[in-house]
Amino acid sequence: MLYHPTVARLTGRAILGRRRALILLLLPVLLIVISIVVRALVGADDEVTADLLGGFALATMVPLIGVIAGTGAIGPEIDDSSIVYLLAKPVPRPTIILTKLIVAVGVTAAFSALPTLVAGFILGGNGSRLAVAYALAAAVASVAYAAFFLMLGTISRHAVVFGLVYALVWEALLGSLVDGVKTLSIQQWALAVGEKIGQGGHVVSDVALPVATVLLVVVTAGATWFAAQRLRSLTLAGEE
Amino acid sequence: MPTDAPATGSSGSSGNAAQAPAATDVIHDIGYRHYDGPRLGRGYARRSLFTQSLRAAYGLGRSAKSKVPPALLFGIMCLVALIIVAVAVGTGMDELPLDYTDYAIYLQPVIFLFIAAQAPVSVSRDLRFRTVPLYFSRPVERLDYVSAKYAAMASALFVLTATPLLVLYVGALLAKLDFTDQTKGFAQALVSAALLSLLFAGIGLAIAALTPRRGFGVAAVIAAFTVPFGAVSALQGIAWEQDNLGAIGWFALFSPIGLIDNVQSTFLGATPATASPEPVDPSTAAGTVALLVALAVAAGCFLFLLRRYRKAGL
Repeated sequence: MLYHPTVARLTGRAILGRRRALILLLLPVLLIVISIVVRALVGADDEVTADLLGGFALATMVPLIGVIAGTGAIGPEIDDSSIVYLLAKPVPRPTIILTKLIVAVGVTAAFSALPTLVAGFILGGNGSRLAVAYALAAAVASVAYAAFFLMLGTISRHAVVFGLVYALVWEALLGSLVDGVKTLSIQQWALAVGEKIGQGGHVVSDVALPVATVLLVVVTAGATWFAAQRLRSLTLAGEE
Repeated sequence: MPTDAPATGSSGSSGNAAQAPAATDVIHDIGYRHYDGPRLGRGYARRSLFTQSLRAAYGLGRSAKSKVPPALLFGIMCLVALIIVAVAVGTGMDELPLDYTDYAIYLQPVIFLFIAAQAPVSVSRDLRFRTVPLYFSRPVERLDYVSAKYAAMASALFVLTATPLLVLYVGALLAKLDFTDQTKGFAQALVSAALLSLLFAGIGLAIAALTPRRGFGVAAVIAAFTVPFGAVSALQGIAWEQDNLGAIGWFALFSPIGLIDNVQSTFLGATPATASPEPVDPSTAAGTVALLVALAVAAGCFLFLLRRYRKAGL
């Protein structure tokens, strides 16, 4: 059994409960509002669509929602030690991780890939298949980000900080300065998938598709496996 | 209370009835010494809160684990400055490869991460462990708590942004670059760093004070800085392609770092770091409005924090 509905329900509530869903919703709403404004001012333009979806949706929104959903799926539970009640139940720990991963991927995709698709249609009516290309890239990135940040959540209490360091310093800052860094960037791997679909050379990735696919699979599977290992030998510590 | 009342009543009636009314409540002096020393008062408490919060922002006086993120970020800030100086000195340049005012703009992710990691450390834990009421049971007033926390966070950010500038300045002087040029650039960048610290500390603390959860606070603060930056950059890129250069400076008003960029490009002789292939100077009006907005946001965040702590609990 790889999926546990109760664990999924609890995880979903941990990520989206109370006012958190509203705050998560702010990002997609902002993207769609900007898209509407830009479309009204500029009209349909593939270049503009690629700028907005590539520069804002894929570079900022997807990693950010990935960090919130990925670490939020397990981090707070480990942080306040309530994970022991879950671990004490006869549920295999890999099942727990896999269920949490499915929920995190679902939340990330729902809050990032779906709005990207909508924004793409608003901006350019899917000209050059850009809307679908970026939405697919966002969906692929959601899976890898969620798995990677979920693993960080099982490793460190400062998972959010380290996740953001990866997304902002590694992918954004170093990625724009050092070309080699782009080879090891989830964003570029996802763009490689989008590149295959988009037309007109608007979606550009620095990584070839076969390499990107292999790396995506390896990172997702590896991170999930390692997270399950971590959970099997989890030690709980008090607040520092 | 209802369980106590019959018990005393029954013991009084069955036991010694005459003694029960005579046992009046007495506070016995059991010999504890009174505190006769000096009372240090509000000002001292405020200063202590400021120093403790400033030290905590860098993890001083806390566990080794909580020293890692601030030390790492501070290290990156200084290391990059050192490398720049080393390159400039080593290759015998006659000026630094970048302006002092550019430094904070280039390394903005590090500054974002610092405020995002440390603002919740400063305020969220007091809320989560309900220690806020304990502060207010001392002579500390709401204004003292908020101003001490705000000043400490702004100072911590100023240390983070000004130290690498100092490294650059000292390096430049050691390399015998032009003294007046360097001093002018250094001073301008310090003013900009002070404004940045004030603005960022306000935004970070206001958001962090909303949530007792540290992890969520970190993500919320970073979102407040990077999401407007990402959106504004995308819009500026579009404005450049549409040849609407006037709009670029005005778009910058919608992101915290854009405000700083506008102010220092208008008043402090910096090169604007707009998201366009070539830098576009904001109009003087956009710069002035940016300065006013930055100050208003900082003041607004302070007032918001004051309101936030009107009720000391969650």
